[in-house]
Amino acid sequence: MSDRIIIQATINGEEMEFLADERDSLLEALRERIGLTGTKECCNNGNCGACAVILDGRLVNSCCVMAAEVEGSQITTVEGLAQDGLTPLQQSFLEEAALQCGICTPGFLVSSTALLEKNPNPTEHEIRFWLSGNLCRCTGYDKIVRAVQSASQKMRGQ
Amino acid sequence: MVATKEKQFRVIGTRPIRHDGADKVTGRAQYGTDFRMTGMLFGRVKRSPHAHAIIKRIDASRALALHGVKAVITAADLPPPTVGGGGPGPGGGGGPQGARFQMENFMASKKALYIGHPVAAVCATDAHVAEDALALIDVEYEVLTPVLDVREAMAEGAPILHEDLRTRDASPLASEPPADKPTNVASHTQYKLGDIEKGFAEAEVILEREFTTSMFHQGYLEPTNGAAEWSKDGHLTLWNSSQGPHNFRTQLAQMFRIPLSKVTVVPMEIGGGFGGKLFMHVEPLAAVLAQKTGKAVKMIVTREEVFESGPTSGTYVRVKYGAKKDGTITAGQAYMAYEAGAFPGSPLSGGMNGVFGSYKIPNILIDGYDVVVNKPKSAAYRAPGTPAGTFAGESLLNEMAQRLDIDPMELRIKNAAKDGDDRPWGGKWGVIGNLQVMEAMKNHPHYTSELQGENRGRGVSMGYWSNAGGETSASASVNGDGTVQLVLGAVDVAGTRASTAMQLAETIGIAAEDIWPKVVDTDSVGFTLLTGGSRTTFASGWAAYELGMEIRKRMVERAARIWECDAAAVTYGDDGIIRGPNDSEGKERKLSFKEIAAQLGRTGGSIEVGANVNKQTVGPSFGGHIVDVEVDKDTGKVQILRYTAFQDAGRAIHPGYVESQIQGGAVQGIGMALTEDYYWGADGRMQNASFLDYRMPTALDVPMIDTVIIEVPNPGHPYGVRGVAEVCIVPPLAALQTAVAEATGIHFTQVPMSPRVILEALLKDGD
Amino acid sequence: MARHSPSFYPEDDVVTIHIPATLRTYSGGRETVSVAGGSSLRQVFQRLDAECPGIIDRLTLDGDIHPAIAVFVNEEQISLGLIEPVPEDATIRLLPNVGGG
Repeated sequence: MSDRIIIQATINGEEMEFLADERDSLLEALRERIGLTGTKECCNNGNCGACAVILDGRLVNSCCVMAAEVEGSQITTVEGLAQDGLTPLQQSFLEEAALQCGICTPGFLVSSTALLEKNPNPTEHEIRFWLSGNLCRCTGYDKIVRAVQSASQKMRGQ
Repeated sequence: MVATKEKQFRVIGTRPIRHDGADKVTGRAQYGTDFRMTGMLFGRVKRSPHAHAIIKRIDASRALALHGVKAVITAADLPPPTVGGGGPGPGGGGGPQGARFQMENFMASKKALYIGHPVAAVCATDAHVAEDALALIDVEYEVLTPVLDVREAMAEGAPILHEDLRTRDASPLASEPPADKPTNVASHTQYKLGDIEKGFAEAEVILEREFTTSMFHQGYLEPTNGAAEWSKDGHLTLWNSSQGPHNFRTQLAQMFRIPLSKVTVVPMEIGGGFGGKLFMHVEPLAAVLAQKTGKAVKMIVTREEVFESGPTSGTYVRVKYGAKKDGTITAGQAYMAYEAGAFPGSPLSGGMNGVFGSYKIPNILIDGYDVVVNKPKSAAYRAPGTPAGTFAGESLLNEMAQRLDIDPMELRIKNAAKDGDDRPWGGKWGVIGNLQVMEAMKNHPHYTSELQGENRGRGVSMGYWSNAGGETSASASVNGDGTVQLVLGAVDVAGTRASTAMQLAETIGIAAEDIWPKVVDTDSVGFTLLTGGSRTTFASGWAAYELGMEIRKRMVERAARIWECDAAAVTYGDDGIIRGPNDSEGKERKLSFKEIAAQLGRTGGSIEVGANVNKQTVGPSFGGHIVDVEVDKDTGKVQILRYTAFQDAGRAIHPGYVESQIQGGAVQGIGMALTEDYYWGADGRMQNASFLDYRMPTALDVPMIDTVIIEVPNPGHPYGVRGVAEVCIVPPLAALQTAVAEATGIHFTQVPMSPRVILEALLKDGD
Repeated sequence: MARHSPSFYPEDDVVTIHIPATLRTYSGGRETVSVAGGSSLRQVFQRLDAECPGIIDRLTLDGDIHPAIAVFVNEEQISLGLIEPVPEDATIRLLPNVGGG
């Protein structure tokens, strides 16, 4: 039987202390131990991006990070993106109809947020390349790319 | 009915923000896999590692001894199958063995028939413990030889899956007489029109080719799921994401022999279905484990297990056309063998309808075979069966165009099925948009532009899907501030809350934002058929229209009370303004919807209305795609340069979501055509059961998908709606086949045309 | 669409059923079979079975239309099952139900 461990981390700006199983991935800890179910589990082996979170400033698939590794870390999940109302990205996704079932949307929002922080004016190809680690089965990606383009325009004040 | 009136709509055709949008972009929306309840147990399924085996013995003692494990079940713990037909399935899934086959697919009792076939299930206090317990369930098998290819399964001497299966069992319309010996051919169905011999005799050019398509998975990102709990007085509650809560309720009530009122199915948000979640997978197992333990049990299904759950059929299709030199098609013949998987019920009729569906051909003969093989039982996948059949028919039609030296769109227009023409399966077409789609394609700049460059090619293909209607329930109530609650029975997989609310808003003349649509559990709304078949915007829209018309009537009555006049003197305007007879000073009296709503309390009380519709006046949808590709001769990779998808939507209620449906379906079809595949080992194991190697298109694999929405309103719907969700997956396969043929000179007859397949053919061709 | 009550002169009401190719062993090879009209689909099927013995067992299951069959009366799909009223001189088609996804 595996052991329980106590982990302290800052999640969406809030200092938290939680109990996890030593075998838990960060994804499992977020969803099962803390109850933040916005980050989704769709493949559990790093191939779909639905579990994307930002860990100490880096975009990661949380299914490939062990919970034990995030002791002392800062984590941003989809629940932590909107501070004062929806972000330009979230708003653009809605305006551009860039989601259908919505299960991939948290992952795309976290990934796109990381992209625009790093590259505020990406080309279409750069957007597609960055987001190629996020699978969507419903939309065919067209409107997702347009939403990111639209948000980047808004964020650059255009 | 207001269907074909070309009036200006106020709400229909606009692009409001969907009502569930904020929750979905903030992670607040709760999906089936997000369900949790204090004290719930976690369940996992033990699955057969053999494609064909007799189950000799199951010993769960080691698993039960593991701390935290609460129960292990086998098929013996499931209720006995009900008598008669089974649950829904492509091709009916009925027949005398229907219910028994359905239960056997939930959990095998005697024979494991595919790798992944459930043989036992366990639940424990923790997900990790449940996973550990799987390895401690000992199962003894007698391994048998599997049959993995549809034509091998049809041949004499093939390993037999079901000793009691006879040809014709799976379809009541299948041919007689069956030989009275065991077979893997579950049914033989046939369409006949005219005289096929005569048709070929009249032809000046005859072409025939064989095509194969792989098994594909719907690829919904959210795994199948289900959580169940029983109350102490025998009331079952199921939380899951499915495309059909009421259908699941019916099946569970039948299965456990309890009244419908003792089963509640709570639809959570659904992370993709595409037909795969029209059927129960682990829900009955959750219910049995919950019954055994007295606790809530939530089943966990891994991505590998999802690939073993209900993909669509692999197929073998042989197509033959006869045509005159002027392009008139005189004969169309097809032989179609579909892999049903381990139990009968492949989506054969979708393929039989689609192979020649867009054309008027006077002489047709189609023979369709539903065949069992040792692969996962197939489930529906977006326009089930149709992409495979259309791949064959449209690819060969493009080759015929080439042979006759006729423009591919001209050939199609010449033979296009039009209003009133005979359909291949009998009856006549009503009002359809087939020709309009073809004309739009032919005149579009994508088609008329020249494609230049080496290793490049262009292809076109048409597609057809019947769409569906069926039982749908909804209710609405007017709030005192003029906002409206809309209660829906149809699950929202992609935005139908919005499209239904928009149709109600249009009918009563208010803003879509003033309506709050909610999808509710089976206790709270009347029976509603599955969300699938491209029926929801049509059928829920009909319900919304009837709700709206009833609300209008009652608001008129309230206004009449307020003005103390006869209701016949009051009119309800489409703008939401209710007008009455002039007052004593000759001034027109009018009140807005909101103003009357504010007075509901003192004019008689709340207004709440219900609608139960069952409309079959469905409008079929026709579509067509044009694609330009470039093939890399060193790697075999196909790059899509340009893609345009055309579709008759009847009336696009929310154009943004109609476009998105078209784009999504097109990309799924692109996946089938170019990269998705089940790589089978000789032992029947899928060797690429992950998203890394089951290669669905990523954002980098496709360009923008341009969409052209054509509107030929469906006269059978108050707003002209035709379903849009499925026809869009049908054309990509043949369009890409033809584009690749132009780019490489090779007519591929299989999908996927993966880089390996193309490269091998190019290297061979170069020899 | 008007639903008529059974004709006063029953011999004037003739319903034509198109027999799917694979069931023509029941109809002796005939593509269509005509029977006297009835007030419901059930009656029509019963009359069809009298002409083509055994066919009703293919068309029905557990007392209703077999779930794998879609029935069209005068080119419109029915929704009431065996109790569906059948107009005078109607044409009936039997097609495989196509499942959606």
